[in-house]
Amino acid sequence: MSHGASAAGGAVAKPTHGHHDEPYVPVFAAGSAPRAKLDDILSRYPTKQAGLLPALWIVQDERGWISEQVMKEVGDVLGLTAAYVKGVVTFYTMYHQHPVGKFFIQVCTTSCCNCMGAEDVVKAFLEKTGCGELGLTSADGKYTVIEVECLGACGFATPIMVNNDFIDSVSVEKVSEILRKYS
Amino acid sequence: MGYPYKSHPRETPILSKYFGDPEARTLEGWQARGGYRALPQALDTDPVAIQNIVKESGLRGRGGAGFPCGLKWSFMKIGDGKPHYLCCNADESEPGTFKDREIMRWTPHALIEGCAIAAHAIGAETCYIYIRGEFTEPIAIMEQALAEARAAGMIGANACGSGKTINMWVHRGAGAYICGEETALMNSIEGRRGNPRIKPPFPAVSGVFGMPTTVNNVETLTAVPHILNNGAEWYKAMCLGNPKSTGSKLFSVCGNVARPGNYEVVMGFSFKEFLYDLCGGPPPGRKFKAIIPGGSSVPVITIEEAEQVKMDYEGFMEFGTMLGSGGVIIFDDAQSMPKQLARLARFYAHESCAQCTQCREGTAWMTKILERIVAGHGTFEDLDTIFELTENMTGKTICVLSDSCGAPVTSGITRFRGEFEALITGRRSSTVAVG
Ligand SMILES: Cc1cc2nc3c(=O)[nH]c(=O)nc-3n(C[C@H](O)[C@H](O)[C@H](O)COP(=O)(O)O)c2cc1C
Ligand code: SF4
Ligand code: FES
Repeated sequence: MSHGASAAGGAVAKPTHGHHDEPYVPVFAAGSAPRAKLDDILSRYPTKQAGLLPALWIVQDERGWISEQVMKEVGDVLGLTAAYVKGVVTFYTMYHQHPVGKFFIQVCTTSCCNCMGAEDVVKAFLEKTGCGELGLTSADGKYTVIEVECLGACGFATPIMVNNDFIDSVSVEKVSEILRKYS
Repeated sequence: MGYPYKSHPRETPILSKYFGDPEARTLEGWQARGGYRALPQALDTDPVAIQNIVKESGLRGRGGAGFPCGLKWSFMKIGDGKPHYLCCNADESEPGTFKDREIMRWTPHALIEGCAIAAHAIGAETCYIYIRGEFTEPIAIMEQALAEARAAGMIGANACGSGKTINMWVHRGAGAYICGEETALMNSIEGRRGNPRIKPPFPAVSGVFGMPTTVNNVETLTAVPHILNNGAEWYKAMCLGNPKSTGSKLFSVCGNVARPGNYEVVMGFSFKEFLYDLCGGPPPGRKFKAIIPGGSSVPVITIEEAEQVKMDYEGFMEFGTMLGSGGVIIFDDAQSMPKQLARLARFYAHESCAQCTQCREGTAWMTKILERIVAGHGTFEDLDTIFELTENMTGKTICVLSDSCGAPVTSGITRFRGEFEALITGRRSSTVAVG
């Protein structure tokens, strides 16, 4: 299966998270830590289906992205069809449907940040990571850069996310320093 | 303390008093600052009595619509034998708005106490705090505070020893502005795509899991313990403008301004003094030009209009705009309004859930036209088309995201028409020159 460039995935990414020919290793095997975590979360809701978003977060933390096989497994665990799970995965922008760079960089470019120079910050990231284009992963598999809509920290322009880290007040001058930290 | 700056003497820091103070984050630190005084008492009080105090205070929803909070709670039929739910809306994705983030980052226990009181007041045993997926730091802080509050018995099976159950959980979103719309939020909790639902039925009748539900914004809920501690009269007395707008309000200020950040003032405060004294005026060498005062979904006004506004629900309405979520976006004279409004339209096109044709097609079309104008390929007819399009996108869809796309754009064209026309005629003259 080929991974085309998309908002959530890189075209030249190295498949660092398992190869499709290898036998599928379930995330939620009985007795595993992710399973215990999910079971605990399920006790908070009156339906199993409500565990879907949390389950997908667990998957992404474990595997880095959400494959079709995982969608099927999640469906089996929660009593949902794989197609239904895919419908939910594709709705939310934060779930990766393709492998992404080791460091997934999201830069806010909505108006409040835009008028403070966010577009230059994006440019600097694209150049200095070697990604070149939005959504593409750098040749070394390290970085993927995307633009995102308002990150809810507009007074601290420009906020970015690197994987799960939220960094605010990023200017062009700070880009190199940030990339040194994530290398 | 305000944040990120020390609060201005003219602020009224009630919710923001401990912003920037990491010791306020712990249960112990919060109790030392007066926290968890209202909750035990509230749990011993009849829910309807609490609803009445909040009604009397005049507290209105801080999430955007300004609906009276106590009245909303009174729609929940106590003792109907059904499980009731409280959803705290911490999706905070409206461009310009970043106040709930600071409430959760600095004073997580203030929100927990507010949620627990509200849950009791609407007869709910379960509260979900729906936090946008990108807020990794606020999520971690809230989880930590909830664990502390549970361990200390403030919430849980026997909250504050009252014999009442109040369970409270964080539900993490996954990137979707639309999940801030209350019915989309409920779908998202249920493990569905975040599509808004057709109303009626309203959440108080059939909400999350089909059960009676109240959805409230973070800031609304955080105000509640203060109202119970100090009384409805105290809250009501905080009013410099219209008596229908009471209390203190957090305004997030961003864009081209000397001191961006969160400022808490009494309703009805002078917007002019707010902009120049509290926020420090424009950046050096620049002038304020345009302001979107209530998050990106409300009409844009000129600085001349803004300087006359009293900052309350009615005061903003007088100038054809809205208080909304209190996200003040400022553009100075170096900014191109067509460019910024085109970028906003792109936001709505990206965030449309695509259920309604008017919204799915309209937001995309709007973006295309505006980007064409910005690129210098627009026509005067394009401006007319935008107004026609907005009319077709307003009041016709399942939720108001569609309306929200047109509001800043058409108000922007009306007020800054010259900038649009310059781009259009610029194109014309170059065409003429080439021809
Ligand atoms: C498209 C859209 C996005 C919204 N986003 C938010 C949001 O991020 N946070 C919020 O509190 N309310 C948001 N709202 C308003 C909610 O639907 C709801 O009115 C509010 O949470 C009610 O709480 P309140 O009465 O305390 O204000 C949004 C509404 C719409 C139509
Ligand atoms: S108006 Fe737009 S966002 Fe709202 S329900 Fe319709 S398509 Fe979805
Ligand atoms: S517009 Fe960039 S964080 Fe809100």
